[in-house]
Amino acid sequence: MKSMWQRAGVMGAVWAASQSALADYAYNLQEPASQVAREVFHLHNLIMLVCVGIFIIVFGMMFYSLVKHRKSVGHKAAHFHENTTVEIIWTIIPFIILVGMAYPAAKVVIEMKDTSNPDMTVKITGYQWKWGYDYLNEGVHFYSTLATPREQIDGTATKDEHYLLEVDDPMVVPVGKRVRLLITANDVIHSWWVPAFGVKQDGIPGFIRDSWFKADKIGTYRGQCAELCGKDHGFMPIVVKVVSEEDYKAWVAKKKGTAQAAAADNTKTFDVKELVERGEKVYQANCAACHQANGMGLVGVFPAMNGSKVATGPIAAHINIVVHGGRPGTAMVGFADRLSDAEIAAVVTYERNAWDNKMGDAAQPADIAAARGGAAVAAAPAAQ
Amino acid sequence: MSDAAHAHDDHGHHAHPTGIMRWLTTTNHKDIGSLYLWFSLIMLFTAGSMALLIRSELFEPGMQLMHPDFFNQLTTMHGLIMIFGVIMPAFTGFANWQVPLMIGAPDMAFPRMNNWSFWLLPVAGIMLLGSFWLPGGAVAGGWTMYPPLFIQGGVSYDLTILAVHIMGLSSIMGSINIITTILNMRAPGLTLMKMPMFVWTWLITAYLLIATMPVLAGAVTMLLTDRNFGTHFFNAAGGGDPVMFQHIFWFFGHPEVYILILPAFGIVSQIIPTFSRKPLFGYASMVYATASIAILSFTVWAHHMFAVGMPVAAQLFFMFSTMLIAVPTGVKVFNWVATMWKGSLTFETPMLFAIAFVCLFTIGGFSGLVLAMAPVDIQLQDTYYVVAHFHYVLVSGALFSIFAGIYYWLPKWTGHMYNETLGKTHFWLSVIGMNIVFFPMHFLGLAGMPRRIPDYALQFTEFNQIATVGAFIFGFSQLVFLVLVLKTIKGGAKASDQVWEGAQGLEWTVPSPAPYHTFETAPVVK
Repeated sequence: MKSMWQRAGVMGAVWAASQSALADYAYNLQEPASQVAREVFHLHNLIMLVCVGIFIIVFGMMFYSLVKHRKSVGHKAAHFHENTTVEIIWTIIPFIILVGMAYPAAKVVIEMKDTSNPDMTVKITGYQWKWGYDYLNEGVHFYSTLATPREQIDGTATKDEHYLLEVDDPMVVPVGKRVRLLITANDVIHSWWVPAFGVKQDGIPGFIRDSWFKADKIGTYRGQCAELCGKDHGFMPIVVKVVSEEDYKAWVAKKKGTAQAAAADNTKTFDVKELVERGEKVYQANCAACHQANGMGLVGVFPAMNGSKVATGPIAAHINIVVHGGRPGTAMVGFADRLSDAEIAAVVTYERNAWDNKMGDAAQPADIAAARGGAAVAAAPAAQ
Repeated sequence: MSDAAHAHDDHGHHAHPTGIMRWLTTTNHKDIGSLYLWFSLIMLFTAGSMALLIRSELFEPGMQLMHPDFFNQLTTMHGLIMIFGVIMPAFTGFANWQVPLMIGAPDMAFPRMNNWSFWLLPVAGIMLLGSFWLPGGAVAGGWTMYPPLFIQGGVSYDLTILAVHIMGLSSIMGSINIITTILNMRAPGLTLMKMPMFVWTWLITAYLLIATMPVLAGAVTMLLTDRNFGTHFFNAAGGGDPVMFQHIFWFFGHPEVYILILPAFGIVSQIIPTFSRKPLFGYASMVYATASIAILSFTVWAHHMFAVGMPVAAQLFFMFSTMLIAVPTGVKVFNWVATMWKGSLTFETPMLFAIAFVCLFTIGGFSGLVLAMAPVDIQLQDTYYVVAHFHYVLVSGALFSIFAGIYYWLPKWTGHMYNETLGKTHFWLSVIGMNIVFFPMHFLGLAGMPRRIPDYALQFTEFNQIATVGAFIFGFSQLVFLVLVLKTIKGGAKASDQVWEGAQGLEWTVPSPAPYHTFETAPVVK
């Protein structure tokens, strides 16, 4: 039985390979890089063959009739109708074909859904509009944002090969390991999809759903968010780098080092120039989607930063909005959980000194730490 | 239109208001049928223009014409208007014109309610379209209205909810009218199993509407209270569940798919026997197949949600039940082919559209079968493959059947034959254009292009460009249709009462054009 399906898959693959004229066009499922994706690939080839076969038979008959049974060639209409035998046959045969297809499909469903015995677990959180990754066993945590520069999207720069499919900080996993994914979302529903692994799982705010993959080959695999999640739904790609076990360990060590350095940064004091430089990067990754790279926002939807009352007003209020979020009901979320003290300090300083905002003042990590506690301190007297 | 109005005034035996008041106050099933069809045509051009804007932005990678948020508004409104403003009103228009004529009834059962069913629609249409000019623009959360995204929007989202309520009300009143008319007002001797297929399919469709529209109304009402009155039906932080919306929505949404296609089956089942000069092959099995599809449609909703993450048992159940629908659908296709087999075929425009319907709808059916396989669906859910699938079903399916029906009955409605050359031009441009737009989308979806994105990676460029070219061919060829309809209303060769050589049924026994009042005394069917 199994070999029959495989042969069908091979036939499909041969057919695909023969279409070399279309080599530049991506027109079939991506090359699978996991067992599940491979099974899906073969399942699709099988059902395509069955459908094409039925189509040719049924419409071959119809077109024969269109040619031979036309009035213009003098064909006289027969007057037969209702034939129970024929009608039973054409009900039963499709049913049998369907059972034949349901069986292999059901096996793949069961395999896809079996998330037991993972080698490692990664929690993935969808945000408007980026992905957050938590490596639960290693304690590594980072965000992954679109790396394509704005100029390429606006058409003022040449688009590079991985236009819209590149991120600043990709997910990294070791090859040949069973990776369990815990997928959720922070704001609206997103969907984490990497075609080469055969994984597509919606992230639902308030709930955790799981999925899994085991990558066969070292390489870089790309996907996109697959559930409409607002304005920048088309701009939150997924990149997974599959590396060797050693490279993975080195990457984990490096990530931990970065985390320590970031923690150390939170206790330092910087000058305005350092903060502005760093803040620009943080701004591009976290703020520019709404407030725009030129700080002008979008009229009627997202407020401008350039010349805004917040960015040119008292610094404490400015810090408070970035840390705790804007007025309820607006799209402005608090970044307390997403950015470190140093990063928030940098971005606030950047916003106060970029474009036409020449405030010249700076927020320091210590100010942010205080602002984080600020809510708690303010709440404390009320509790007494 | 005013020519027609005068002609009808001469005929009326009690005074009718003239001008705009005639149309606002009319209770005549033919007038109301025409109103529905004109409304549908205007909305077709409106939502079609949106589609051309969408395709223009997608002609090449990068953002050229619009902001991503406006792109989302266009895709959302295109979907809502095409479904609720074009396909459903067009079918209701056919039902108004044809059901009384086909069953030998003098009018619909509730003529005043009929007037209301129609005039609610433009109100809803204005609310939807007008929201483009509100702060924040029109609704941009997708026609499926999934929370929590739908909770985030501005005032136009509340307006859309209200518009959906109004359209649902209109559909329910229309359905009650159609069911009552069919069950109570058939000519003596016209038993249920002698009814024309179009009447049968509409009877079943009307039951589907009555069963599902209140479900949709409930779902959007919960959205409304979540947005404005502090409830947490779909908010996990308050004990709710965003996925519950999807279950409720698709419990409406999947039967809705058949609401959009069963009347199409009915129209095609009238046309193919006429131009094959041969009775429908399996009348009884067609009726049973339609009923089976309608019943099964209530058991398959979660196949829209395989990527949500359901337990294995649920995935398997919804996969099997969905695949099962292929059986009665196959029965219908086999029946149409068997009806043509050994007929005496001619290829006037209605027949051409009906043949294209059978062929291209089947492609949409097959891609539906591919999507029914849950593991394959995981790869294809929310990609352009789905976009290709439902446009094959709704454009070459529902819309082509509407064209076929217009060409088929227009001579009866206007008393003039349409221009066959123009009709065939419209057909060939449409069928070629339609395939150029939507066939490449299968490849885009397989290769991994998500739907509802305003900009895409470079490997998707070529097929998107082909699709955009096709969209303009398809879009502009509908102007041929508009010209043809206007010309046919104004003049043309006189249509006989029979109109088509092979046509059977009561509607062909009345004069062409059908007088303002028909079957004031019921005909007797042997």
